[in-house]
Amino acid sequence: MLRFAAKQLFNMGFTLLAVSLLVFMLNEWTPGDVVSKILGPYANADQVEKVTREMGLDRPAIVRYFEYMGRALTGDLGQSIVYRAPVASILWDRLGNTLLLAAVSFAVIVPLSVVLGVLAGSREGSFTDRAVSVFSSITASIPEFAMGVFLIAIFVVGLGILPGTSPLRSDTGWPIWSQFVMPVLVVTLYDAGYLISMIRTSMVEVMRQPYIRTATLKGMSFGQVVRGHAVRNALIAPFTVILLQLNYLVSGLVVVETVFAYPGFGRMMLEAALAKDIAIIEAGTLVAVVVTMLTQLFGDLGYMALDPRIRV
Amino acid sequence: MTEVLPRLETRDADADVGGTRDPWLAVGLRVLTASPIGTIGGVILLFWAIVALFAPWLTAYPPNRIDYLLIADPYPSRAHWLGVDNLGRDMWSRIAHGARTVLTVAPIAVLTAAILGSILGLLAGYRGGWIDALITRIGDTMLAFPKIILYLIIIAKFGASAFNIIAVIGLTSAPIIARIVRAVTLDVKNRDYVAAARMRGESAAYIMLVEILPNVRGPLIVDFFLRLGYTTIAIGVLGFLGVGLPPPDPDWGGMVKETYGLLFVYPHMTLIPCLAISTLVIGFNFLATGLKEAGQDG
Repeated sequence: MLRFAAKQLFNMGFTLLAVSLLVFMLNEWTPGDVVSKILGPYANADQVEKVTREMGLDRPAIVRYFEYMGRALTGDLGQSIVYRAPVASILWDRLGNTLLLAAVSFAVIVPLSVVLGVLAGSREGSFTDRAVSVFSSITASIPEFAMGVFLIAIFVVGLGILPGTSPLRSDTGWPIWSQFVMPVLVVTLYDAGYLISMIRTSMVEVMRQPYIRTATLKGMSFGQVVRGHAVRNALIAPFTVILLQLNYLVSGLVVVETVFAYPGFGRMMLEAALAKDIAIIEAGTLVAVVVTMLTQLFGDLGYMALDPRIRV
Repeated sequence: MTEVLPRLETRDADADVGGTRDPWLAVGLRVLTASPIGTIGGVILLFWAIVALFAPWLTAYPPNRIDYLLIADPYPSRAHWLGVDNLGRDMWSRIAHGARTVLTVAPIAVLTAAILGSILGLLAGYRGGWIDALITRIGDTMLAFPKIILYLIIIAKFGASAFNIIAVIGLTSAPIIARIVRAVTLDVKNRDYVAAARMRGESAAYIMLVEILPNVRGPLIVDFFLRLGYTTIAIGVLGFLGVGLPPPDPDWGGMVKETYGLLFVYPHMTLIPCLAISTLVIGFNFLATGLKEAGQDG
């Protein structure tokens, strides 16, 4: 298992290097962009050339790439053009906010999906099963922005009991905790549908196993069979998928953050991409890829710990 | 966005030899009658397909005609069934023409991904060795990229156009399809009929396309409809984030973005495109569920 983890970490480093080079090259293809962005549309050629030289953009890309990576390793991620501040300070601040939203959502999504998935899967074809399946299929089909709009129409415009924006400031007249309700609700409805169906499928499969029939035949009640034998086995397969949701919750929240003006990582990436703020895009992409790969690694390790039959 | 990796339900391919293959029409009819969910999905999709196909004849106004006088009373009326938007453009016309856009872009993007992914998956599974290692590695690297962020970078870089959206979605979905096809190929390539084809001296391309590819049909068709759903969401999201198809041509996500701030005053401008995109995705997903259920029965 240690060897597996070490090998995966090595692979991760390699992928990270490839990704960083890729993003760097992608941004390299149009080198004039940054300078004209800083100087605005009315800059003349001399000014552009001067700033290009001052920023060192006239040197070969490969030199600047290694320079950038060297500084990144010491924690210096460069200057943001949009926010006019060091990238590191904005990045960690926004990432913190997103992690908070992700953690709260995760804490709601997982228990809810387990309960509904097990309820539906333990009696395949029952009314509960049908209802849960259709409900989760519908909520997973509604794009986050549409779900956000529907919920705002009901709870903010219609009933007026929740805030429609979540800038995490207390001067909006709504307590901070209440600003989490709507984003978490949207994320939960959109994401839980998928998890529920995964857990349901796994549960259905487990309920068909001979050991479940044996347990029933030896006189255990249905509840005992489900709780004692089925649930634990049914949760092994979806475990990786559950962890992979963390992934979506960190880098996939762009839409929810945009809908609710939440100051998070995804919205930062959107603003940076629209403004071609390369320093932020590069750093943010690397962070997102690290998060993705770490969750994958933990998923694999946890999977091995849960199911002793799996050996690498 | 989360991705559904459909479970591989390879039908026993040997059973097909000598037997009759189900004609497409029969399978389609069985799906529509066997599963109520599939029927509902089919009806929804049929509705949107008709709207998209006949959009110019079903609407009384061009989708981009601006009429500021109408903004005084933008709500649904007899002249404008779904009202007008913030620039006085007819909502029904924009929704119908928006259906055209999404129902053209999404299938082309998914088809691109399916073709690219099938070729890569067949090569990786059938050839094995370093080709397999290379394709799998590149695919894994692409999947490690957070999708939305990749879309943002590429679209912000190369500009928003239908072609770029198709290219981005096609490229990013191909590794997942390649993975499905590769798994089936590995499973099938040692069967007797593949060995027989090799004995007959058929070319590798023939074996991959004629002997192996048909086995992927089942899982790929279900994946195709699920993926159409995701792609519809992705196109909507890009529009909502302001990096979608360029205005003024109607795009459901873009319509939401433009009128989102007016939700308190003129909710119909935002709610209607939201309803449109939601029902379309529900249609795709219901049909996929129906296909899966029909596949399990038969």
